Amino acid sequence: MRHTISILVENKPGVLARISSLFSARGFNIDSLAVGETEQHDVSRMTIIVKGDEKILEQVMKQLNKLIDIIKVNDFVEQPHLERDLVLIKVNAGKGKRSEVLEIVDIFRAKIVDVASNSVIVEMTGDEEKILALVNMLKPFGIKEMVRTGIVAMGRG
Amino acid sequence: MKLTGAEIFVESLIKEKVEIMFGIPGGVLLPTFDVLYGAPIKFILTRHEQGAAHMADGYARATGKVGVCIATSGPGATNLTTGLATANMDSVPVVAFTGQVATHLVGNDAFQEADTTGVTRSITKYNYLVKDVKELACTIKEAFHIARTGRPGPVLIDFPVDVQRASCEFVYHKEVEIRSYKPKYEGHPQQIKKAIDLIKQSERAVIYAGGGVIISGASGELREMAKTTQIPVTLTLMGMGAFPQDSELFLGMLGMHGTYFANHAIQNSDLIIAIGARFDDRITARLDAFAPQAKIIHIDIDPTSISKNVKVDIPIVGDAKNVMREMNKLLNKLGSKNIEKRKKWQKRISQWKKDNPLTYKKDDKLRPQYVVEKIYEVTKGKAIITTEVGQNQMWAQQFYKYNYPRHFITSGGLGTMGYGFPAAIGAKLGKPEKIVFDIAGDGSIQMNIQEMATAVNNKVGVKIAILNNGYLGMVRQWQQLFYKKRYSATDLTANPDFVKIAEAYGALGIRVSEKGEVEGALKKAISVDGPVILDFLVEREENVFPMVPAGARLDEVIRGLA
Ligand SMILES: Cc1ncc(C[n+]2csc(CCOP(=O)(O)OP(=O)(O)O)c2C)c(N)n1
Ligand SMILES: [Mg+2]
Repeated sequence: MRHTISILVENKPGVLARISSLFSARGFNIDSLAVGETEQHDVSRMTIIVKGDEKILEQVMKQLNKLIDIIKVNDFVEQPHLERDLVLIKVNAGKGKRSEVLEIVDIFRAKIVDVASNSVIVEMTGDEEKILALVNMLKPFGIKEMVRTGIVAMGRG
Repeated sequence: MKLTGAEIFVESLIKEKVEIMFGIPGGVLLPTFDVLYGAPIKFILTRHEQGAAHMADGYARATGKVGVCIATSGPGATNLTTGLATANMDSVPVVAFTGQVATHLVGNDAFQEADTTGVTRSITKYNYLVKDVKELACTIKEAFHIARTGRPGPVLIDFPVDVQRASCEFVYHKEVEIRSYKPKYEGHPQQIKKAIDLIKQSERAVIYAGGGVIISGASGELREMAKTTQIPVTLTLMGMGAFPQDSELFLGMLGMHGTYFANHAIQNSDLIIAIGARFDDRITARLDAFAPQAKIIHIDIDPTSISKNVKVDIPIVGDAKNVMREMNKLLNKLGSKNIEKRKKWQKRISQWKKDNPLTYKKDDKLRPQYVVEKIYEVTKGKAIITTEVGQNQMWAQQFYKYNYPRHFITSGGLGTMGYGFPAAIGAKLGKPEKIVFDIAGDGSIQMNIQEMATAVNNKVGVKIAILNNGYLGMVRQWQQLFYKKRYSATDLTANPDFVKIAEAYGALGIRVSEKGEVEGALKKAISVDGPVILDFLVEREENVFPMVPAGARLDEVIRGLA
C-alpha cells in the first residue's frame, strides 16, 4: 500500500541520512521526498511517499519514532488530508501544435511559465492523479524534460 | 573564565564524574592529551582502539556507569567501530570521543581523515560532529544523557582539532532537555491490569527475561514476581545473573544452546511474560512454530523491540523495574489460588529436567565443561566472568552458575571474538575487589592479545582461561554436524605457545593438560596479583549440547551424548 509519511524533525545535519537509511536498510525505495522549514526555523517537515510490506513499514515507523532527532511522525493513510506536488514540464510546442498545448494547459488550470520557439514550460500544482493526467495528455507532443518538487501533505481541518 | 575546547572536554568529564578512560592518542588529539596530562582522570593507554572500546564497555557492564574511550581520527576511529557495534547491540552506555581533522579540512581527504559520523551512524545510539567550541559542553552533557537513559547505548562525539584549540566561556548545565527524546519509564496502568488478568488465567506460564532486567536493576523485582506467582524463569544469554540459578524455578537459558527443559517449557506454555528481552532469532528458532499456544506479555523500554519478530498480545512500554514493581503490587493481592494450578505445570517441568539435565561426559579426560565448573567452585560463584565467542562462550554460560547481576559479561548481540579479554580488563578496573576471569577460546584470544601489555602495565590482575581445543571450535562443530566433517579453515594447530606469550608480556603462564591439575592451577592463578594466562589443553572435538539446529523448531533439540 502507498503511505504518505509526514515527519517533523530537528533541522540539523545528518537527520536526512538517518531517516533515509532506515528505509534503504530494509530495501524500501522512497518514491517521493520533500523537505522544508516549518513555521519554526529549527524544525523541518519531511514528507515521504513509500510503498511496501505493511509489517516492515510498521517497524520502520517505530524506528522513525525512536530516532533522536525526530519530533513527530504521522502516517496519513486513512486520514483526510491534502497532497500537493509542483511539476515543471518542458514540452515540444512548435508552430502547428502550440494552440493544442495551450488548450490542455487551460483545461488543467496550469500555467505557461516560459516560451521558446519550439517548446514551452508548463507549471502545475496538484495531487498525484492530476499530475499524471496532465503528463499523459502532454506526452504525445513530446516531453523534453520534467521535474517535480516532491509531494507535500497536510491534514484537513 | 574562558577555557579551550580541550579544557572544556576534561572539565565536562569531571562534571560527569568520569574516573577512568581508555584510548590511544594521535596527531589531532594532541591538545586534548596535553590537558589530560595531570588531570584527575585515570587514563588507560591501550594497545589497540578496539581494546579501548571493549574496556569501556566491560567497565560499563560491570559497574552500571558510563564507559569512556577516545581514539584519534581516521584509523583510530575506524578501529573503534567493532567496539561501538558490540556495545550498541547489547545496549551498553559508552561515550566515545574521536579526534577529527580541522573543520576547514573536513571532507577534503585530509591526512587521517575518515567520515567518522557517517561510518558510525548505524552502530551508535547517536553521534555528533562538534563544529563550534560553544556547543561542546552542551554536546557532552547530551551525549552522557543519551548514553545512559532509555535503552542505553554508545554515543560518539567527533572532535576536530581546531575546536580543541578554540576557546569560550565554560558553562556546564545541570539538566538536559531534548524535546524529541523522552524515554518512557512508567508502564501504562491499563496495560498492566490486562497483563495481570492474563497471568491470573494462565496455567502454564513462563517468565522469559533478558538483559533489560539487569540494565534496569530489576533482579529483585524479578525474584519477587517469580516467588509470588510460582512461575518458572528462563533467561537469555544477556540476562544471566538476573535470577538465581540455584532456585527451583530456574530453567536455565533458552534458545539455540538453551536447556531442553527451558525450550520445552516455552513451546508448551500458555503464557510468556517477556521482560527486557527481544525475541531474536537465536531465541525463537523457527519463528512460525514458536510457542504456538502462548499468549505474550512483553515489557520493554524500547517500543521497536515489541512485536518486531513475535506478535505480542499485551505490550507494556516502560522500564522493567517500574513495571514489575507495579505488577508485583497487584500480584501480591491475588493469593494462592493460582499457585495451585501451577503445581501440575511445575511437575511436568521437573520431569523434563530430570530426564534431560544439562551435562557432559564425565571421564578422566580434560573436558572444557569441567574447567568451567572448577572455575565456579574455586571462585565460589562470586567472580565476574567475561567470555570470548564460540563454544567457550556457551560452556561459560552453561557450567558456571550466575547468581548475581553484572557478573556475566559477554558479547551477545554481535558475537565479537576478541571481546572478552579487554572487557575483563575494563570490568576489573571498575570492580578491583572482584576476581575476574575471561573464559576464552584459542582463536578469539588472539584477536586482542596485545592488551596483555595494557594489563601488565596497569597491574590489572585478570585471569584468562583458554579452553584450547586447537580449533575455531564452534565453526568446526557446525562443520562436523552439517558439512560432513569437512573442516574448512578451522584448524588452529599452528597456535602460538600461550604460556610463552604470557611470559613475553611479563605475565604468568600456566599450561594444564590433565584433569587433576585444574584446581591447583586455578588456585595458583588467583593467588598471584597480576594477569595470568591459563592454557587448558582440552578435548579437541568436544561439542556444545543441547543444540537446536538452524531452521528447526525450538523443541527440536539435539541432546548430544551424556
Ligand atoms: C570477529 C569475529 N570473527 C569471526 C567470527 C565467527 N566465529 C564464531 S565462533 C568462531 C570460532 C571461535 O574459536 P575459538 O575462539 O577458538 O572458540 P571455540 O569455539 O573453539 O571455543 C568464529 C570464527 C566471530 N564471531 N567474530
Ligand atoms: Mg578454539
